[in-house]
Amino acid sequence: MILVFCELKEGTIRKPSAEALSEGRRLADAAGLKLGAIFAGASCAGSADAAKYGADVIYCAEGASLASYSSDGFAQVLADTVQAKGATVLLAAATAVGKDVAPRAAARLGAGYASDVTGLAMVGGKLQAVRPVYAGKAFATTSFASAVQVATTRPNVFPLAEKAGAGAAEAVAAPAGGFKSVVKEILAKASGKVDLSEANIIVSGGRGMKDGANFGLLEALADAIGGVVGASRAAVDAGWGLPHSMQVGQTGKVVSPTLYIACGISGAIQHIAGMSGSKFIVAINKDPEAPIFKLADYGIVGDLFEVVPELTKSAQGMGIGSN
Amino acid sequence: MKILVAIKQVPDTESRIKVAADGCSLDPADVKWIISPYDEYALEEAIRIKEGKGAEVVALTVGGEAARDVLKNALALGADSAVLLKGDGQGDAYAVAQMIAAYAKDKGFDLFLCGNKGLGGDNAAMGPMLAELLNVAQANVVVKLELGDGTFRAEREVEGGSEVVEGALPAVITAQKGLNEPRYASLKGIMAAKKKTIEEADAAPTTAGSCVTTLALPPERAAGRRLEGEAPAQAAALLQALKDEAKVF
Repeated sequence: MILVFCELKEGTIRKPSAEALSEGRRLADAAGLKLGAIFAGASCAGSADAAKYGADVIYCAEGASLASYSSDGFAQVLADTVQAKGATVLLAAATAVGKDVAPRAAARLGAGYASDVTGLAMVGGKLQAVRPVYAGKAFATTSFASAVQVATTRPNVFPLAEKAGAGAAEAVAAPAGGFKSVVKEILAKASGKVDLSEANIIVSGGRGMKDGANFGLLEALADAIGGVVGASRAAVDAGWGLPHSMQVGQTGKVVSPTLYIACGISGAIQHIAGMSGSKFIVAINKDPEAPIFKLADYGIVGDLFEVVPELTKSAQGMGIGSN
Repeated sequence: MKILVAIKQVPDTESRIKVAADGCSLDPADVKWIISPYDEYALEEAIRIKEGKGAEVVALTVGGEAARDVLKNALALGADSAVLLKGDGQGDAYAVAQMIAAYAKDKGFDLFLCGNKGLGGDNAAMGPMLAELLNVAQANVVVKLELGDGTFRAEREVEGGSEVVEGALPAVITAQKGLNEPRYASLKGIMAAKKKTIEEADAAPTTAGSCVTTLALPPERAAGRRLEGEAPAQAAALLQALKDEAKVF
């Protein structure tokens, strides 16, 4: 069996989890295996949706001990279910929770682990993963020596595939509790906008923005085209008050949106490493020799303070953000 | 309090990556090696705890002779002692976690600090694997850490915000940018480090988890095109192209 750990948000499967399930279905079909989905929490309401993405069985670990996320508690649920159901592959989405729990579960199972993978295949009955290393400057094909193989899938890379599965619900026992660490409180609730790592469109600014206040121009464009705003390391480190969570690059977030618009970003290697996986890249820079243009599908040599407001105005006129 | 800081030597972020003749590893020629930037936050945090409430700080790395450089730097910054575990520190995270766990168990460490990921390998796996192997608590991608009496409170970065993790020591804490502002080594520190010794031990044998079979460079991107004219024309041409050619909208 291929088992996929799925996260729920307000009673709905999170998109990165649905992507992992879709990929799990594809792998299960290729290898002639069953696909299981595993949920954990105080309530698993909404888990039935896993059948839409091909789950044959939907396991639910429901219990008060799982009301708050716990690294060791959730790792125990995953490892126990893998062993009890004889799964050979455990997948999770490479989200904050997935990246926290999957390696711990892997170590508990004595299993190898591939993180943040962008390609998966079953070769001779075993998982094989392709993952970006050096923040995308190279790709490593990874094979496993262990009987169980664990991987996390990078959000926005694996296509969603709706394919009805039997979706038989089955309860699995929740641990009694007494975990070593537990999440006590969420400090800054998401602003309603998606995280950079999951965003479909990113408008990013670099040193050429000249000041943090000018990022309002990028916010306006992002709002007009349904995107979110990122920044280069140069901008984050410039003391403009931009949080590190906005940083795209090798020492920030590695992103793979459909569209990446780089404004006033020269294209240092460390930045390119974080965004070269974008499907379409637009560069707006007044320096025609900026390295970012080598990557750009569309390049605009010009003053971003003129071009960006024009883009916002035209996009609003075209009603782009509404779809 | 006894703190183990696990640090990794990695290629500098400005390095161009070349594949070695074996087709599955990094060509080390022309690579400048540095301490993984996230490990600098881990080390700085350990030194601040030492300065604040008192602690013994042990820096450890897995690698060959060349990895001594990061340990010397850790000693200069304020680590009390350093350990070089001789083994492959660049490979499988599960193997490295086993090596460090085998060394650290029964040594009475209260806190294990490391970067949230080793730059380059980008596994973000060694810390949580170490926590599991040592059967201790974990908090990953931490931007704020407070220690109580046998407890910790950590703020960790999650999508769109942060969350507070509380747990019992011992614990593995993996550091994220923002946890602190790492210092530079002082001349006094560098001189003091010369008197400190680096303990050397062979890494324990491990069970392999995964291995890289092929390392390849990404395909070159096809040449793009420049959009000419004044700003309004450029903007209009771009939106049209994104709509009609790229079909983004």
